[in-house]
Amino acid sequence: MHMNRLAAVAAAVTLVAGCSSGGAQQSAAPSSSAAQNAQNAQKVALTYWNWVPGMDKVVAVWNTAHPDIQVTSSTQAGGDDSATKFLTAAKAGNPPDLVQAEYQALPSFVAAEAVADIKTAADPVKAQFSEGIWGLVTLGTDAVYGIPQDSGPMLLYYREDLFKKYGIAVPKTWQEYADAARAVHAKDSKVYLGTFSSKDPGSFAGLAQQAGGQWWSISGEAWKVAINDEPSKKLADYWGGLVKEGVIDNMPYFTPEWNKALNDGKLLTWPSAIWAPGPLSTNAPKAKGKWAIAQLPQWNAGENFSGFWGGSAVSVSAGSKNKEAAAKFATWLNSDPEALALLVKEGSVYPAATKGADLLSEPPAYFSNIPDFWKQAAGFGAGARGFTFGPNVNVAYNAFKDAFDKAALNKTSFSGALQSVQDATVADMTKSGFKLAQ
Amino acid sequence: MTTRKSWAPYLFLTPAVTLFALFLALPIGYTVYLSLRRTKVSGLGLGKGSKREIFVGLDNYAAAIGDGDLWTGWLRVLGYGVLVLVVMLGLALVFALMLDAARVRLARFSRIAIFLPFAVPGVAASLMWGFLYLPSVSPISELFGVAPLSQSAVVYSMANVAVWGGTGFNMLVLYTNLGAVPQDLYQAARIDGASELQIALRVKIPILAPAIILVTVFSIIATIQVFTEPTALRPLTNTISSTWSPLMKIYRDAFVTGDLYSAAATAAVIAGISLVLSFGFLRVVKNRAFGET
Repeated sequence: MHMNRLAAVAAAVTLVAGCSSGGAQQSAAPSSSAAQNAQNAQKVALTYWNWVPGMDKVVAVWNTAHPDIQVTSSTQAGGDDSATKFLTAAKAGNPPDLVQAEYQALPSFVAAEAVADIKTAADPVKAQFSEGIWGLVTLGTDAVYGIPQDSGPMLLYYREDLFKKYGIAVPKTWQEYADAARAVHAKDSKVYLGTFSSKDPGSFAGLAQQAGGQWWSISGEAWKVAINDEPSKKLADYWGGLVKEGVIDNMPYFTPEWNKALNDGKLLTWPSAIWAPGPLSTNAPKAKGKWAIAQLPQWNAGENFSGFWGGSAVSVSAGSKNKEAAAKFATWLNSDPEALALLVKEGSVYPAATKGADLLSEPPAYFSNIPDFWKQAAGFGAGARGFTFGPNVNVAYNAFKDAFDKAALNKTSFSGALQSVQDATVADMTKSGFKLAQ
Repeated sequence: MTTRKSWAPYLFLTPAVTLFALFLALPIGYTVYLSLRRTKVSGLGLGKGSKREIFVGLDNYAAAIGDGDLWTGWLRVLGYGVLVLVVMLGLALVFALMLDAARVRLARFSRIAIFLPFAVPGVAASLMWGFLYLPSVSPISELFGVAPLSQSAVVYSMANVAVWGGTGFNMLVLYTNLGAVPQDLYQAARIDGASELQIALRVKIPILAPAIILVTVFSIIATIQVFTEPTALRPLTNTISSTWSPLMKIYRDAFVTGDLYSAAATAAVIAGISLVLSFGFLRVVKNRAFGET
């Protein structure tokens, strides 16, 4: 999740600065497992890279109950670079035993042979997850490359008070959303119904899933890349049109400006995922209790579709010396009722396990105005459909940022930008030697 | 005695050579090695052994040199570099001369005030300026005629951060050099009837020439390597692409798109260009400044 992008960038910059000047202080943490192994043969020590807040408290509960398998949680920056960091560590031969793997990054982990198949440990808990979520960790193969931890079905967050003030109804379709955007902006030129963020390909991918896009798929022994398929093109041109018309803002999400606009009531909606209460409460504290939630606007009236933005699994490194113990921990963490309750409480995680929903009775403090927040949210997100992620999502997402930055700034064609994302993705896969279906 | 003489120099050299080999030659060698390789995937790339590393010769170099992004990045950095060099070194020289003038009030305070921004880490400085640049959160946005992070102004805004942070250090180098000049020279000039301005122009600047060249070379290398400012400002705006500067492209290739091999080749190309530029500059000015032939 993208709560703290500035901090991530700051960390990345200092990291690079640190490497160029020294290079010796790198990764002292992961090697500790081997050292402890030598010390005590029966005792297994595992390292676990993740960026779930409060994970150390969850791990402490496991460690007390399992003196023979001791887990050390190591907090990572998360964000775009986390996947590459893990791949680099795996290539260098000192990966952590367990890693938080975002669903879109998992195929690249599998392609790099960095994560292990944990089918034996995972099969008993398979029934606790929905089929769509389980598909994200099997990639449609017989293997299981991780245990799903959280998911991010999308819904529409809107300012109830300001909707009343400007006299607009909750949009049921994207057509109504566009009309509402025009109406709001006509009433107050400083206020927008929403913004298009060129920095968040994950959000766009979620909306593309809702529209029915299939960016990657496997046909036989070849990959099919269709980032510019009809539903996605329609989606791109929809937002491009609104940005060009000037009725939707084009500032990126998770910036100080965006925070301020949310706080000051200059942005009235945010099509976001179920984890949005977290960022909203830190970025827009003044608007507490003024938001409400609804189903994402639909492309055709009467439908009930959504997409996924974010979400991750816990995977076991192929290079781990204690794969069995690691898989045991990953399974416990994401299916045991006690662990799930802790994840919800300490980490504000929306559990992927179906029984996790029952644990979410209290609404998030930011949404105390909606007592049945989780029930409503689960209902709105129920129609979420995902798609298969390809082995070079990082390349596609980076191309997305550059292409849509330019398009949003110059107000040029968004489907043109989408085409260049498709081209960059296909070119990269061709260069690497992946077999592509025509 | 004679045997001792033969190994003693090598013994003394060992620490330096070891450090050089371990921390400079080895990483450079590894980078060059990586730049000649690439991974090759077969089929879907999902099964065991479907990915292997192969030798590709100079392919990565050809791709790096043929990449338009790299050269537009260079052009941007060239414009940015000229701007930063002229303004920053000009200011540093003026400040050093002013602080060194015979009668100056608050010299200590001014010196520290000018130097202090150098102590602020680049990331912090960029973020601080970034907040000042963003219209809705900036307390001073009315002072700027245009939006500082708009497409036309973003280079100047970035140069401003670099000048703000770098002037103090260069000023201090020049000022310290001036302090080492014997006072007799100035007395002689004054006896000859030279004004303070004339002393500055005709005596101090020529004496400072080697130091000016030194800070120029350092600054050329630093601006070629510009990375921190654009990377820290990038999340705030749509106007900075992931390949804004050549170093950002390397970072993107290595850590975002995960292509270490292309990144290594591009890094080698950039190192070559930096060498040519800095040594080229030295060659051009050496004869004049040091009186060497």
